[in-house]
Amino acid sequence: MSRRVIHPWPLRLTHWLNALAMVIMIGSGWQIYNASPLFGFTFPIGLGQWLGAGIAWHLAGMWLLVFNGLIYVIWSLASGHYKKLFPIRPREVWGDFRSALSLHLKHETGVYNAVQKLLYAGVLLAGVLAVLSGLSIWKPVQLWFLCNLFGGYVIARYVHFFAMTGICLFILIHLLLVALVPKVLPPMITGGRLP
Amino acid sequence: MIHRRSLLLRAMALGAAAPLGGCNYEDPAHPDLADKFLHAMSAWNDRVQAALFDPHTLAPTFRPDQITNPPRFNAFYPIDQAPVVDEATYKLELGGQIQNKTPWSLRQLRTLPQESQITRFVCVEGWRVIGQWSGVPLGRFLRQVGADTSCKYVSFKCADGYYSSIDMASALHPQTILALDFLGAPLTAPFGAPVRLRIPTKLGFKNPKSIMQLAVTNVYPGGYWEDQGYNWFSGS
Repeated sequence: MSRRVIHPWPLRLTHWLNALAMVIMIGSGWQIYNASPLFGFTFPIGLGQWLGAGIAWHLAGMWLLVFNGLIYVIWSLASGHYKKLFPIRPREVWGDFRSALSLHLKHETGVYNAVQKLLYAGVLLAGVLAVLSGLSIWKPVQLWFLCNLFGGYVIARYVHFFAMTGICLFILIHLLLVALVPKVLPPMITGGRLP
Repeated sequence: MIHRRSLLLRAMALGAAAPLGGCNYEDPAHPDLADKFLHAMSAWNDRVQAALFDPHTLAPTFRPDQITNPPRFNAFYPIDQAPVVDEATYKLELGGQIQNKTPWSLRQLRTLPQESQITRFVCVEGWRVIGQWSGVPLGRFLRQVGADTSCKYVSFKCADGYYSSIDMASALHPQTILALDFLGAPLTAPFGAPVRLRIPTKLGFKNPKSIMQLAVTNVYPGGYWEDQGYNWFSGS
């Protein structure tokens, strides 16, 4: 029975908890960014109505993000799910990317195409970078070794910003693809069944 | 004061719409469900940070040429409203669990061993500056006046109505000083004259300026920003 499920329940649960964590972390992160912008712009929206609320959400949401992420990683390793992400071959990525652009890429239920593999591996890497650079900004004294790894507090802030940017780009593409192939959405809720 | 604070909060929220009504820490006296959740998580984060705090880990120090010049003023009011304290009559008042509560003049404070540091001052907003401060190590001072260092908190009350408090472990950290000098000269009004706390293991707002009263206590003293929603421990 479980073999025939497209998305096993641990994947679905961590996916939606992560979606909630993303809304909290990115929304409150924008609020915090606006207090001292790194670049010449501020975000038009943010979670919490002032910096104190933004930080409170960010430092509360980080526990959801990290623990949910750890559960996903452990489950993925234990169940062998991670094997679906690899190998990522550049030639296949290029081929699938071209056919995706011409809207000819077939959606094979339960299988990640090469572009998906690259995107998922990429966003996981961005997530790890976001967490580690975030810890460096939060604790540049106690976690000095981590902060030094990023080249110090100032650079860690930029890494944190660009990791967020990468995750936002992923979410944009992810939602766009779901909009293009809406039949992939219900199985992410119900689990679905392989044909 | 209330008016100025609400103006400031409004300014901070400028450009930020409210996608979730209520989740805002807007009215600390009337917390809603989201506020209570955030308070609980913040209290949890206080405990995690206390556990993470290593009394032997030093904040990074910098070279003199890395000092931010000109220094950056920051407070909850404009620079021309910084309180001016008469240094000739100034006395640091002591309270709470301290044996010898005789107030300390500036001259007396300067007779104690002084410690100098070039450290990074990180603001809760994200920016940072590097400065040089020197003064009396707080741990040295607390022992001098017979403070009960088994108490949980050291609290500070300032000339501008600001107040804050820190945990005892951080108070005893070797880099935590009652600063008297900034950039090689006595502190000036905007930068916390005559005495300010310099604690490079915590965020900027945990470095109260123009301190008039210091107390040691087991009763949670809170703080000006902490009572509005900033995390209390706010360790770096």
